[in-house]
Amino acid sequence: MSKFEQEFTVASLDFAAAGQASSQIKKLLQLVGYQPLEIRRASIAAYEMEMNMVIHGNGGILRVNLGPAAIELTAQDKGPGIPDIDLAMQEGYSTAPPNIREMGFGAGMGLPNIKRCTDFIEIKSEIGKGTTVRVVINASQQ
Amino acid sequence: MKQYFHSVRLDKEQCKGCTNCIKRCPTEAIRVRDGKARIIEELCVDCGECIRTCPNHAKIAVEDFLDKLKDFKHKIALPAPSFYGQFDSKHTLDEVLEALLMIGFDDVFEVALAAEVVTRGINNYLQENQNLKPLISQACPAVVGLIQVRFPLLLEHIIPIDSPMNMAAMYAKRNALSRGYAPEEVGTFFITPCPGKITAIRQPAAKNHVYVDGAISISTIYGQVLKHIKDLKGNRKLQKASGLGIGWGSSGGEIKAVKHGTKLAVDGIHNVINVLEQVEKGELRDIAYLECQACQGGCIGGSLVAKNPFLARVRIDQLVNKGTNPQLEHLLETVDLSHCLLKGGLQPRKVRNLDENLAEALVKMEKLERTLEELPGLDCSSCGCPNCRALAEDIVKGLALETDCVFKLRKQVEILAEEVLKLARKVPPAMGQRN
Repeated sequence: MSKFEQEFTVASLDFAAAGQASSQIKKLLQLVGYQPLEIRRASIAAYEMEMNMVIHGNGGILRVNLGPAAIELTAQDKGPGIPDIDLAMQEGYSTAPPNIREMGFGAGMGLPNIKRCTDFIEIKSEIGKGTTVRVVINASQQ
Repeated sequence: MKQYFHSVRLDKEQCKGCTNCIKRCPTEAIRVRDGKARIIEELCVDCGECIRTCPNHAKIAVEDFLDKLKDFKHKIALPAPSFYGQFDSKHTLDEVLEALLMIGFDDVFEVALAAEVVTRGINNYLQENQNLKPLISQACPAVVGLIQVRFPLLLEHIIPIDSPMNMAAMYAKRNALSRGYAPEEVGTFFITPCPGKITAIRQPAAKNHVYVDGAISISTIYGQVLKHIKDLKGNRKLQKASGLGIGWGSSGGEIKAVKHGTKLAVDGIHNVINVLEQVEKGELRDIAYLECQACQGGCIGGSLVAKNPFLARVRIDQLVNKGTNPQLEHLLETVDLSHCLLKGGLQPRKVRNLDENLAEALVKMEKLERTLEELPGLDCSSCGCPNCRALAEDIVKGLALETDCVFKLRKQVEILAEEVLKLARKVPPAMGQRN
């Protein structure tokens, strides 16, 4: 099974560079030739995963793993961790500080958006250690 | 057989293979092979950047010549709004239009007039479609092409309203038919500031019906107009459009006419790319209307104009400030706006991916990254590609060789040279001592 893997570093609280990793991932998906809808869903998920690491996770690594049947994205950080994952998945719930909200972020839609755009989501977190979010978007040949 | 019509062409005789155009092309559509530039037809959007950049005048735009006029009995000129910016205030607009009649046209229909109708159509559309933001203007064909090639996911943001050029041609023909001319006798000719519009006439992106029969560039007709304009008295009252429509000729003109919501005007194709990348990321969601022009300054900055765009802008600004025409306002109230709406959708361009098969494409992607690591990363374009990544892509697609890279070639020569030197130092036993 042919697979392609690439990693991108995401810096904490760097809003100038924020979105660059997911932008490069989108270009990758376009070059490989996935369907437009799959590219859109994966790009939205990648962007939200990247922003979560910028805002909450103290930066981290965004990994993309491509296969002919699926696009896998993994966001791994060494941030504070998520105390209550179910609560975090609720639309509108956000732990973003006021200065971040002033920038227009922190609407509390990040994780719900990721879940909506993907076919599989897995969140593992440990307080004080870090969080790993892994998603899969199914791909089809056409 | 060529699948696309492009008005932008290469004059091989003049091309020196200097690689200047390669770097400016917004869709990386140019390569230099065998010492000459080559345009990849499925990527070219006829924006004219290469025409502007080429120091050897090797990039040209194919247009219709004035002798095409003789194919028609009743010839109508459709001057673009930017056309007015080419002449300074000592000539009235009536004189400018009359000069067109002296050149050989039987009638003239200002595209600026149609622009006022299109503005109303846009205002209507914006009011009725407030969900998807931002909505992007369809006026600039190079921008539409750019979105089809580089931003296919944004195609749904493009407003499905016809261009002022095509609307003007439609009205002009309808007018002529009502005066008794047969359809095949009537020819409409757009006086164009750019190659993008020339291509849009022959191959419209939305695949809609085109009412324009030919295009003549402003730079071609300018001299002819100046020749005739000095003999004119300016008796005929031909000019009808108001400032709102004329303003379409320069950047910011469209949004001036738009009534509802926040709007933004961007000019220059590299700036447009910048903004569209933001839109793709989900930014600019509060902007209702986005005016994008491929040329800096708007249409007055097109690659086929005659006058310096800054001077043209001064003139257009003067004309815009002359305000609206109440008679025109009344006329516009009664226009049927459903004519502006385009039915067909816009399709993304079929661009060559790494491979038709996803699994194969992934293998090639891996090879691409390996190849890229071996390249110097200088983006010098000596290989004829815009940057090292493009060369890596071409190598993997089988369109280029690693030794196309001057640095790789030199390295290989160095390795060979060292081998030769090593061999030269080895003395066969039968030859004895050597100094």
